[in-house]
Amino acid sequence: MSNEVRRFSHGSRVPGWDDAVDLTKEPASVPDPATTPVPDELRAEIEAAMAKYPDRRSAALPALAAAQRHHGWCSPEAIEQVACVMRLTPAYLTAVATFYDMFDTQPVGRHRVYVCTNISCSLRGADELCERIEQAAAGDPDISVRHFECLGACDIAPMASVDGVYVGPIELDEVDELIDDIRNGRPPLPRKQLRLRPTADSLPLDGKDNG
Amino acid sequence: MEKLLFKDIDEPGLNTIDVYRRRGGYERLRKALAMPREAVLNELLASGLRGRGGAGFAMGKKVSFLPKGAMDVYLCCNADESEPGTFKDREIMQKNPHLLIEGIIIAAYAAGANKAFIYIRGEYVLQADILDAAIAEAYAAGFLGENILGSDHSLSLVVHRGAGAYICGEETALLDSLEGKRGNPRLKPPFPANQGLYQGPTLINNVETLSTVPFIIEMGGEEYAKLGVENSTGTKLVSISGHVKRPGNYEIELGMRSRDIIYGLAGGPPDGRKVKLWFPGGSSSPVLTGSDEDLDLPYDFDTMAKAGTMLGSGAIIVVDDSTSVVEVAYKTAYFYRHESCGKCTPCREGTNWTLKMLDRIRKGEATPMDLDIIASVCENIMGHCLCVLGDAMAMPVSSMVKKFRAEFEEEIERRRQEADLASAMPEPELPLIQGAVA
Ligand SMILES: Cc1cc2nc3c(=O)[nH]c(=O)nc-3n(C[C@H](O)[C@H](O)[C@H](O)COP(=O)(O)O)c2cc1C
Ligand code: SF4
Ligand code: FES
Repeated sequence: MSNEVRRFSHGSRVPGWDDAVDLTKEPASVPDPATTPVPDELRAEIEAAMAKYPDRRSAALPALAAAQRHHGWCSPEAIEQVACVMRLTPAYLTAVATFYDMFDTQPVGRHRVYVCTNISCSLRGADELCERIEQAAAGDPDISVRHFECLGACDIAPMASVDGVYVGPIELDEVDELIDDIRNGRPPLPRKQLRLRPTADSLPLDGKDNG
Repeated sequence: MEKLLFKDIDEPGLNTIDVYRRRGGYERLRKALAMPREAVLNELLASGLRGRGGAGFAMGKKVSFLPKGAMDVYLCCNADESEPGTFKDREIMQKNPHLLIEGIIIAAYAAGANKAFIYIRGEYVLQADILDAAIAEAYAAGFLGENILGSDHSLSLVVHRGAGAYICGEETALLDSLEGKRGNPRLKPPFPANQGLYQGPTLINNVETLSTVPFIIEMGGEEYAKLGVENSTGTKLVSISGHVKRPGNYEIELGMRSRDIIYGLAGGPPDGRKVKLWFPGGSSSPVLTGSDEDLDLPYDFDTMAKAGTMLGSGAIIVVDDSTSVVEVAYKTAYFYRHESCGKCTPCREGTNWTLKMLDRIRKGEATPMDLDIIASVCENIMGHCLCVLGDAMAMPVSSMVKKFRAEFEEEIERRRQEADLASAMPEPELPLIQGAVA
């Protein structure tokens, strides 16, 4: 499936590990500010993040997130720019970026759709839902659909996060509408958004089933 | 029962400081700051409050472990909430962020901490934005910053967004992640109380644990300890999901009968269905069955431990008899294999092999002997890992194999026959048909 760990030759997770080492190449070091242009806005965002912590390196995650917002994904160029501002090596930041599911080290569409297929959601039909959403978005370079582990909203299972907005429970016959909303830049399924949902505990017990 | 954490929870605007203060917010902070630190700590100890993040360690005791002296002491609020089935912290942060902030300030006072962080999972965008706004309000009102309410207590508070990794909920992985590294757990000891964030003493507590602190100050520790049952005091948020009619978050008094939670509050499974199994404390907890004996267990830390499982994060996942236990085991193992950080071998390889064997069952390629191999792999994971993520897969999976062995064997046989049947069928001559159509 789409977010399986990528494998290269001999099943390795690392591309080119069995290529001969180029001994004449300089090791990548902290990028030189003179030759690494960084957009002002991104630089300001990273510097603001660094100022929040006793140790500037703590800003690695917020800085990578900012770069990803800026470039669409954690491209080599994006990582180079973060490395330049934070005075770290690109290799260090690449190691960090590849650890976390939300950093894309491969190009993705403008819209990210995470469909939860963990236990509680799959008990309520998430696997089929995920397939249907993948099909509905197939061929659209703007929408990247991937299955995701528990997103912490099992009360609205089966659910998805659309560019960070939680929606659910999603019925199969709502998939087209959902994709349509995303394509046209509308809020996804507004009536199904988590932010509007009352706490289950404050609903009357004899009330309608809410699942 | 009177609600504490969920009191006024759906009141519009409770996430703003004005409404929160109208509901008595930050009065508990005022009260705590007028007490000596030791007195606040004593209330925490007297309350018997146990950690709500998973391990159930006594909070007051953890605070008392922190060394005293002039140095930077850190407080990290664990808002990573990634244990499958758990979504209670989300509700607090989204609807009552100031309660958490007030709890953090009081806990930091008791612990002598001057720098605090909330590590929130990156997927919780809305909740992190709400927290950011609430913290700005608290700074503006003088509840955060230097010399809070004229006392000698100063505290900074920063929201740190994760980026999608379950393991960062483990306290030492959380610290590494907060330091800008890959989220690999650290070897313990040293424990974070002595050497945590930036090598300084660090108190790490769950969102719900910290959000309970204001009530302990308000009621007094002893009064709070009257709620719940012995050794499991107070109220607890439970997240119920899966095959129930009314999934969601409920606040209960610890010691409530499990049946009353699953059937009474959450409405039980759909009509005509029976509970096959349930996870009492997130997907890491060994499963219980739908038997009367299990359903009648009081829901508290010690009873769950005695029943061979755990209360964990208080997340109940109910599975009814429409679903095969093989699929549940597969989903469970899939998650932990994906989230294993890869630092130690038993977990990295063990989760991978367990998943492969469960997949063999699903594909009809397994024999009953594979169940023994799964059990032995799980046994070799347990207790042999750097952190408990490995155990967190081994415990529920082996409990399913043990308690539902007959069903596993049936499924192995059924799926093997299905697979045999499929392979015995002649290959459909697809290319010819396609050619004919073209
Ligand atoms: C793999 C793993 C994941 C964890 N995830 C979380 C989590 O998401 N949230 C949480 O509060 N605690 C989590 N914990 C428990 C923490 O390590 C720690 O015990 C807890 O935050 C302490 O807070 P408490 O005493 O208030 O419960 C996890 C533990 C492990 C081993
Ligand atoms: S048990 Fe798993 S998650 Fe924990 S340190 Fe080892 S490999 Fe990493
Ligand atoms: S299982 Fe889907 S949100 Fe938890």
